[in-house]
Amino acid sequence: MEQVLEVLSMVLVEPFARMATNPAFLVQVIWEGFVSGVLYALIALGFVLIFKASGVFNFAQGIMVVFAALTLVGLHEAGVPAWVAVALALVVMYVLAVGVERIVLRPLVNQPDIILLMATIGLTRVLVGFGELVFGGEPKVMIANELGIPSGVWRIPLFDRVVVIKLIDLTAAIVAIVMVAGLAFFFSRTRIGRALRAVADDHQAALSVGISLEQIWVIVWFAAGIVALVTGIMWGARSDVSFALEIIALKALPVLILGGFTSVPGAIVGGLIIGIGEKIGEIYWGRLIGGGIESWLAYMIALLFLLFRPQGLFGEKIIERV
Amino acid sequence: MFYREAGQFKTGYADDMAVFPIRQDRIGIAVILAIAYLAVPMFGSPFFVSTIMIPMLILTMAAIGLNILTGYAGLISLGTGAFMGVGAYACFKLATAFPDVNVLVWVLASGFFSAAIGVVFGLPSLRIKGLYLAVATLAAQFFLQWCFVRIGWLTNYSSSGSIEAARRSLFGVQITGPGASETARYLCVLTLLVALTWIASNIVRGRIGRKWMMVRDMDIAAELMGVRLLPTKLLAFAVSSYFCGVAGAMLLFFHYGSMESIAFNIELSFQVLFMVIIGGLGSLIGSYLGAGFIAALPVVIKFAPQILGIELPSAVVDQVTVMIIGGLIIFFLIVEPHGFARLWQIGKQKLRVWPFPY
Repeated sequence: MEQVLEVLSMVLVEPFARMATNPAFLVQVIWEGFVSGVLYALIALGFVLIFKASGVFNFAQGIMVVFAALTLVGLHEAGVPAWVAVALALVVMYVLAVGVERIVLRPLVNQPDIILLMATIGLTRVLVGFGELVFGGEPKVMIANELGIPSGVWRIPLFDRVVVIKLIDLTAAIVAIVMVAGLAFFFSRTRIGRALRAVADDHQAALSVGISLEQIWVIVWFAAGIVALVTGIMWGARSDVSFALEIIALKALPVLILGGFTSVPGAIVGGLIIGIGEKIGEIYWGRLIGGGIESWLAYMIALLFLLFRPQGLFGEKIIERV
Repeated sequence: MFYREAGQFKTGYADDMAVFPIRQDRIGIAVILAIAYLAVPMFGSPFFVSTIMIPMLILTMAAIGLNILTGYAGLISLGTGAFMGVGAYACFKLATAFPDVNVLVWVLASGFFSAAIGVVFGLPSLRIKGLYLAVATLAAQFFLQWCFVRIGWLTNYSSSGSIEAARRSLFGVQITGPGASETARYLCVLTLLVALTWIASNIVRGRIGRKWMMVRDMDIAAELMGVRLLPTKLLAFAVSSYFCGVAGAMLLFFHYGSMESIAFNIELSFQVLFMVIIGGLGSLIGSYLGAGFIAALPVVIKFAPQILGIELPSAVVDQVTVMIIGGLIIFFLIVEPHGFARLWQIGKQKLRVWPFPY
């Protein structure tokens, strides 16, 4: 009985006590979680864009982030000025979008979900091999300074302690907000955005009013490519640009489950919940069972969530109940 | 002309339900078994047997397991690698705890452990399906992999974190551990695979398999016709995980000899999923063909430049291999989304009417 009480207090009391005794640290943890949540949300955003418009579950989004960042750094290493390299990387992402639409998506129209999923996993392999062949397998340093991303830190006094906020993280958060706002504007106010929503709603109806599906797919894949490039720059500036990012990018999947596969705000909110939740879980509860629980906590949160709300926070109820 | 069932009459229910109702099929399977049991060990080089045949057969077992789940019951899983890991770790623990019992018994028993784990992680399938379920099974993949690393008891607190196959023998011939001949290992793997394939083929064409297919095709209709979804889906997870677990145990004991948890990562899950998709969903023969293709392809691509006399740095070869495999997967999905199994059927149909196609 005493042991049970002890375990219960370790799980239910002590972590909260630690939070209460050092609130500044808690704020710091939440901020760290917030930033990684923003980055998960950015990757999830790329998934959502493509899933909405074409129903393709794009597994290659993670590698697209790596590939975009590598292209940027690789071009800069070859002597191209930073901003020209950004422009050229965008051109590469556009070429990739056209290529994917022509070579992969068009012949696979109307195939079951799992076939399309497999095709994007095949695409992942192609991009991994190609990226390593061209840019080498070693981690590279992102050209953050050349792009004008600030690198200092802010120290904010709070509850007699100091909360450290890296300017780079702040930039990432602001860029993410700007980009989401831009996408929201693009989706609701422009002609192409309306066409995109029409396609997302009903492929056949969209075709019948004269919207070209092929064109729309190129546009969404290009948009996902832009999101990937921005994510790659931000993530690369925080740590190195390497292929390890591909596995971290899988964290976008629980984010999607939480937010719903088709919802842009859902991707953002889901990303923040997962990011903050897993940081707090790791710091305050992780050491009770040996640490390193960050690798699966996000999936478990998503799994529990699925049992209560299978369509996600903001998702449409398209999921067929069993 | 040769492949034709004309004149072969079924005179009883037993004939009607035979696994191979056509005589030519029976002859064909006998020839294939004869080649596998006699020709390969006698004429195959050690490199061919140990680098291509053994991993191919083991992965075939895993592919059959996943095919039962995805192809027959319609439930997508991305946790195959972790379920194979459960089998390997269970077999390692059992074999070290009870060294006197024959290792083949433990290889078969370890499947039950992964079946139990599979049932636990199959529970969400009652509420979700499709891609959502795929993501849910990722939780199994990452959680179990974390367990393999963090729970020292699983590796007997080995400092390197790896598990090793001890030396064990059968009928006086060493079959596992360092020094076991590739022929002995190959024959063990082959026998287990043939036996379990026979069981699988009888499960999937019997009452249980039909229930799975009903659930796959339309679960609501299946429920209305009296199929209870809960036991049916969980049974699919259990049987599938059993096969995967046995495959994982075989991978440790008969192929690598020593493994670390990283070997059971998500790449392995994808590899098995590719085998199932390329081979053909809902087909046992497809699992064989798909596993053969995916397992043999890297080896072929790797050694093709050498055979052609082109010298390339090994890193470049690896990267090109990854690229080509990715490209080929996309190519096959486009050309034949139903996989090799469909090609096989088309070929058989062609053969039936040959040489008079009308």
